Amino acid sequence: MPAVQETIDQVKAIDVDQYKYGFVTDIESERGAKGLTEETVRFISAKKNEPEWMTEWRLEALRRFKTMDEPTWARVHYPKIDFDELYYYAAPKSVEGPKSIDEVDPELLATYEKLGIPLREQEILAGIKPENRVAVDAVFDSVSVVTTFKEELKKAGVIFCSISEALREYPDLVKKYLGSVVPVTDNFYATLNSAVFSDGSFVYVPEGVRCPMELSTYFRINEQNTGQFERTLIIADKGAYVSYLEGCTAPQRDENQLHAAVVELVALDDAEIKYSTVQNWFPGDAQGKGGIYNFVTKRGDCRGKNSKISWTQVETGSAITWKYPSCILRGDNSRGEFYSIAVSNGYQQVDSGTKMIHLGKNTSSRIISKGISAGRSQNTYRGLVSAHRKASNARNFTQCDSLLIGQDCGAHTVPYIESKNSTATFEHEATTSKISDDQMFYCQQRGMSDEEAVALIVNGFVKDVIQQLPMEFAVEAQKLISISLEGSVG
Amino acid sequence: MNANTPITHTQAETGLIARYDSARAGFAGTDAVIALRDAAAEQLRRKGLPHRRVEEYKYTDLRAFMKSSARLSAAASADEARAVLEASDGFGDLGRYRIVIANGRFVEALSDVAALAGEGVTVTDFTEALGGDNGAALLAIPASAEGDGTLALNTAFVQGGVMLSVREGAEVSKPVELLHVVAGEGAQVTRCRIAVAPGAKLKLLETFAGNTSSGETNAVFDYDIADSAELTVTRLIDGDGEGARLFTTLARLGSEARFHTLGFIAGPSFVRNQQFVAFAGENSEARLFGVTMARDKALADQTLIVDHAVPNCSSREFFKTVLDDEARGVYQGRINVAPHAQKTDGEMMTQALLLSEGPEMANKPELEIFADDVLCAHGATSGQIDEDLLFYLRARGIPEDEAKTLLVLAFLSEAIEEFGEDDVTGMLEERVRAWLAARS
Repeated sequence: MPAVQETIDQVKAIDVDQYKYGFVTDIESERGAKGLTEETVRFISAKKNEPEWMTEWRLEALRRFKTMDEPTWARVHYPKIDFDELYYYAAPKSVEGPKSIDEVDPELLATYEKLGIPLREQEILAGIKPENRVAVDAVFDSVSVVTTFKEELKKAGVIFCSISEALREYPDLVKKYLGSVVPVTDNFYATLNSAVFSDGSFVYVPEGVRCPMELSTYFRINEQNTGQFERTLIIADKGAYVSYLEGCTAPQRDENQLHAAVVELVALDDAEIKYSTVQNWFPGDAQGKGGIYNFVTKRGDCRGKNSKISWTQVETGSAITWKYPSCILRGDNSRGEFYSIAVSNGYQQVDSGTKMIHLGKNTSSRIISKGISAGRSQNTYRGLVSAHRKASNARNFTQCDSLLIGQDCGAHTVPYIESKNSTATFEHEATTSKISDDQMFYCQQRGMSDEEAVALIVNGFVKDVIQQLPMEFAVEAQKLISISLEGSVG
Repeated sequence: MNANTPITHTQAETGLIARYDSARAGFAGTDAVIALRDAAAEQLRRKGLPHRRVEEYKYTDLRAFMKSSARLSAAASADEARAVLEASDGFGDLGRYRIVIANGRFVEALSDVAALAGEGVTVTDFTEALGGDNGAALLAIPASAEGDGTLALNTAFVQGGVMLSVREGAEVSKPVELLHVVAGEGAQVTRCRIAVAPGAKLKLLETFAGNTSSGETNAVFDYDIADSAELTVTRLIDGDGEGARLFTTLARLGSEARFHTLGFIAGPSFVRNQQFVAFAGENSEARLFGVTMARDKALADQTLIVDHAVPNCSSREFFKTVLDDEARGVYQGRINVAPHAQKTDGEMMTQALLLSEGPEMANKPELEIFADDVLCAHGATSGQIDEDLLFYLRARGIPEDEAKTLLVLAFLSEAIEEFGEDDVTGMLEERVRAWLAARS
């Protein structure tokens, strides 16, 4: 497998401190006032030229948020966040509505180039291998800076733009679907997001359209003391198909930063949405200092018959991850999938999993979760599979495996399996083990070093999930996993 | 969802608190024991009965179930207890010693105290022990059970029970039946402590006879299994009606110790069988089995926490549930592996069979692992009877009802047979058959 060799090379090439996206871009930016108040919310809303109903919607969320308590059920520990000490809006100053990529601040373009994300539409590739092209929406702190391939997508009828733009151009669509999957009152962080979200991506694929290319968003937190609150809304109309990729990075800083996003997916009859994430926020340094607090609500609604939503995630970053991409299987014969690799090292804390809520008849779901903990990290899988009264013939298969590397880490599994229909068939299996001495010995016999052997074994352990990723991401994910685990053996 | 809600006491909670305050003066125990009781009552006052917002009681909402607080049952005379005994079938003609606890209190007249003394087993009234120097120590609870509402109720109100001490190296020749009798109405709150000294072996049968149509029984079984000792427990919980049965097992295992147990539930309408098992010494083994059958609107809950605090221990949990009508089944199992508890071997399996349209099953098998050199796995399944298997049997001329009975019996017998106590296997399978025969 050439990818393995590539992974090993990559590991070798990297310094002791593995996080390579930790740089700060020195760019002039504009920030809103500090603190979580009605003024902040009105300021954000005004900045975005939002309609009146949207401002009200946000204020309603803020009022609700003030009555809520921070949830404590997750297996993560962190000092209490002071929501009034944060900035809720930061935007690169020079990019006030760039008409084309040429108007974008060159510093920004350089940042994305450093991250390996091409924001210039690559004409060379076009025409040769059209299926490999990726349209990108780049979100820098609180605003979307550029969206590529817009024209071509428009020809196919696909709307792909930032959510603030969608609020201006397609208010009816946004009004119809925003908050319909994750209601304003859903949970602490989703409510916070509803009040102060600043940008994110909006995708609408019309009836019968197969989106001609992969859509992708790259999120970057750059400013200090700011939270990033993005909101993504993807709608696949009847018979539509879309594949969406998401990537995230942040600079290396001593203090913790907050990221609370909401992602809503809606799949109507016969539609399919594939959502892939490579999450690589700054995880904190080797002593556990700094890093991103990642509190994310992601939910997909299989609203129509025969619809399908598939989540694939590779989680290697963040000091704290609190994330449960879920599927509501409402339409008959709908299908939900969740493939996850969560790697934790150092002092990272991951509490992640999924919910598969079977409401319609003949719905099926599949969960494959691979957790790898190393260093002093804690890695928890927390998941719910439930079949409601009318969900006859619901089927679920769950497999969650944990791999422990080193004696100071922890791996935990907390599944909830609730069946209220006798025709529902649920199967769940979970294992926890370490890389066995036999496996290591076998590899070392063949001349591999400790690190190479671990990389090989881990690649084998996560293969089921890697296979589900789009090709470009699969290679990146494999490299990431190896980098994240560097220094965990020997 | 996360909004603040101050606690308002339900009618049952108000009743329980008032009952505690009025009965406090008459409770057994030293000052230290009374202080523990007060603390438990204070917990009830502060938090109320355990309800669905308490994670461990998510599926078993005691607060919603208990509409009113039953008065504490009065002591039953030996004659009253004997009358109930004669009407119950228990373990039939299986040779055994018997210890009777009626309405929460030890009845010496009906117990084989002298015969057990000959086998090296000392039997003491728990109420007396509470008044002794070590009284407060008898109410100690392990860290994993800290704050548990069912235990707190027991500590506050405990009426009596029995203490069994098996002498070092003694192998008791016959099983000992701990028989709880409910005569009349009310609540019974009882606690039994069984200490098995190093190298000793004991088999316990725990049964319950008498009124299950109302009231509640709250029983705690505290097992202290010393080095190289062995304890086997078959707990049989059954009966009809609206009564509630709340059982708690607290087990501590020394090194090279063995603990085998089967919890068999076939009624009444609200049963929780919770077990807290802790390994204190290395190379020990715990094997926990469960067979649960529930019908009508009954709720049957098997909850357990196995605490691997030391290295080199193994545990196996195997639970089977069959549900009919609108019954609800709950399985919550957690294996904890402490840091440095290397070479732990934990294997947990829960399987449920839903016989009709109405029942609900909630499975929550958890692993909490802080050591790397371990082998832990769990599995959970739920579904209905396999159509193919049914077809196979029917194609061979077996009527549908009988075929179903066979398949259910085979399903539950897996756990009974793996438990492997030949003395009770036949009797338990007979009970499964009887339960199935009563299926309407």
